[in-house]
Amino acid sequence: MKKSKSGYIGFKESRKIVKYNKQQIRYYERLKKRKHIPREEYLATMKNEDNVVEFDDLHTYFFTDTGTVKAVNGVSFDIPAHSTVGVVGESGCGKSVTSLSLLRLVQAPQGQIVSGSIRYKTKDGDCYDITKLPQDMMEKISGKEISMIFQEPMTSLNPVFTIGYQLDEVSLLHIEGATKESAREKSIEMLKLVGIANAEGVYKSYPHELSGGMRQRVMIAMALCCQPNLIIADEPTTALDVTIQAQILDLLRELKDKLDSSIMLITHDLGVIAEMADYVVVMYAGKVIEAGNVFEIFDNPSHPYTIGLLKSKPVINKKVDELYCIKGRVPSAVDLPDYCYFRDRCDMCTSACAGSYPEFVQLSPTHKVACHLYESKVLK
Amino acid sequence: MFKYIVKRILISIIIIFGVTFITYSLFRLMPDNYVYNKFAAQSATNPNWEEQAARVEHLYGLDLNVVSGYFHWLGSALKGDFGYSFIDGAAVTQKIKDSLPVSFIMSLIVTILQIAIALPLGIKAAVNQYGPTDYITTVFTMLGISLPSFFFSGIMIKVFAVDLGWFDPSLGLQSGNFTGNGWELFWNQAWHLVLPIFVSTVLSLGGLMRYTRTNMLEVLSADYIRTARAKGVKKRNIIYKHAFKNTAIPLVTMFSGILASLFCGSMIIEQIFGIQGIGYQSYTATTQGDIPFVMAYNTFIALLTVIGIFISDILYAIVDPRVKLGN
Repeated sequence: MKKSKSGYIGFKESRKIVKYNKQQIRYYERLKKRKHIPREEYLATMKNEDNVVEFDDLHTYFFTDTGTVKAVNGVSFDIPAHSTVGVVGESGCGKSVTSLSLLRLVQAPQGQIVSGSIRYKTKDGDCYDITKLPQDMMEKISGKEISMIFQEPMTSLNPVFTIGYQLDEVSLLHIEGATKESAREKSIEMLKLVGIANAEGVYKSYPHELSGGMRQRVMIAMALCCQPNLIIADEPTTALDVTIQAQILDLLRELKDKLDSSIMLITHDLGVIAEMADYVVVMYAGKVIEAGNVFEIFDNPSHPYTIGLLKSKPVINKKVDELYCIKGRVPSAVDLPDYCYFRDRCDMCTSACAGSYPEFVQLSPTHKVACHLYESKVLK
Repeated sequence: MFKYIVKRILISIIIIFGVTFITYSLFRLMPDNYVYNKFAAQSATNPNWEEQAARVEHLYGLDLNVVSGYFHWLGSALKGDFGYSFIDGAAVTQKIKDSLPVSFIMSLIVTILQIAIALPLGIKAAVNQYGPTDYITTVFTMLGISLPSFFFSGIMIKVFAVDLGWFDPSLGLQSGNFTGNGWELFWNQAWHLVLPIFVSTVLSLGGLMRYTRTNMLEVLSADYIRTARAKGVKKRNIIYKHAFKNTAIPLVTMFSGILASLFCGSMIIEQIFGIQGIGYQSYTATTQGDIPFVMAYNTFIALLTVIGIFISDILYAIVDPRVKLGN
């Protein structure tokens, strides 16, 4: 599965890739399509009962015609209850795919969760492995217990249904004994909750009649309709202008406390992370490279990549000629090297970096980093 | 809305004038005409044929130039008089009335079958993209698109009528020596329509099916479908409610042609199966230069097309809330 140096894939190789992909996709699709999946298979136990979600060595691959893209390549981190976990990293590092894996929304059949597990603790106290959950169980959880706010409010609402219909749908699906009237009441209440003044009017309108900020509020209302355990916010403010961004973030934080949920906040905006998150996970090329609570990451960034990220953020009252930037780009996720993925861009390389991919080093009970720089320090 | 409708009607009138004028000119500009051909055939036995032909041409209005000929036709057409067929002297409107029902019934059944088969197949193929269903339907419908109708009809007649003997190989709308009436007549005729309907359906499936599949694929990868999945909507509902309503928007445009196609018959298939529907009649009229029939037929189809497009525009505004007519 190695691409030739020029980047051109010969006919034979291309055939081989297609054959391999077909085989893999068929295997994983068949696993998912089984009629009766025994309950023991998807029941799991949480490592720590205080967590809502535990990602454990998650691998999500895309089987494409140019080879297998390892978008998420062994990600492990926890989301504790009632807290906000920020996931940062540059474009294409696997943040979104991690969150989509959690709701099993990865674009099938090319995208498949290959191995690892995502343990989720339901409201009833059961613990399921989401990667193995049957589809009908998944439908009961998504939207009700885990809900998601997407980064594109302009295209994330169905253009041919009214806002009201799309909001009602959530209540009708997940709230037992919900009638059309009760769903309508609930939807209008939710619209008011997210700060839409003309809730009745918005209820009747179509998505194209609303502005981006309004649509994102509607998305939030939709996500919070069933008081979920966990809200995944995938770059919720990227497509909005700065004044609206602050409003939306305030709203999210306020509602999170009101509903007592957790948030998994995906962003590449470190300012947002600093403001919102309790814990931060830094991802690079499909792997977690540093994780810790927000103070540790901002006060004591350890991985050269995190340091670079923080340096490349403009700071008020500090005069610089040119903003720092990390040189080079993320390695192609098709054929990743077997040494540290950041080595070629790193300016703190040591001789140890020539070796295998670094293991995690615990810097404090909550702070861990995957970098050779710290191995020796801890050993001493 | 009212303003929009008035505007559309005015435009439609201009379109119909244009269509009729172009059709008339094309027929008149052909190097020979019905009368000339008729008399030229007798040239060996009739020495005065040219003189007589000129007299009959004058009678048929074929000696006028194109523009005045057109207005001559238009004048009587506006009064509702479409003239008499050159071929058999029957009133053109009566001829259309007589040959329309069988074509209409055929087209109606074909259209219903087409929608009932192509839409679900297209959706199935899109949902199982690159799966066996997708490949099988693609190959099948591609065959349908690429087979010429006369060739496919020929094969069907050979296999099912001649070799297997399931159908009457002498073709036509009913058996040659058939004398029954009532239900017997109905079943006899229905039996004769099976093959032509089958052929037309198979040939017309491909386009609609591929169109549905492409649109469905595009919609299924849209962000709002992901939102629906994140809400926990059942897969069935996602496909048939959230996705299908979006797929239907471009399909509505495609249906604008349906109204006309219901009434225009099928020239080649009716010809091959010897069914004297409107397609058959217009084929004969076109090849022989029967101007009154061709003009009446084309005006009729143009009118239906214009109405069809108008209806599809209104439907468009109904299916897609983003479209507002008249702004």
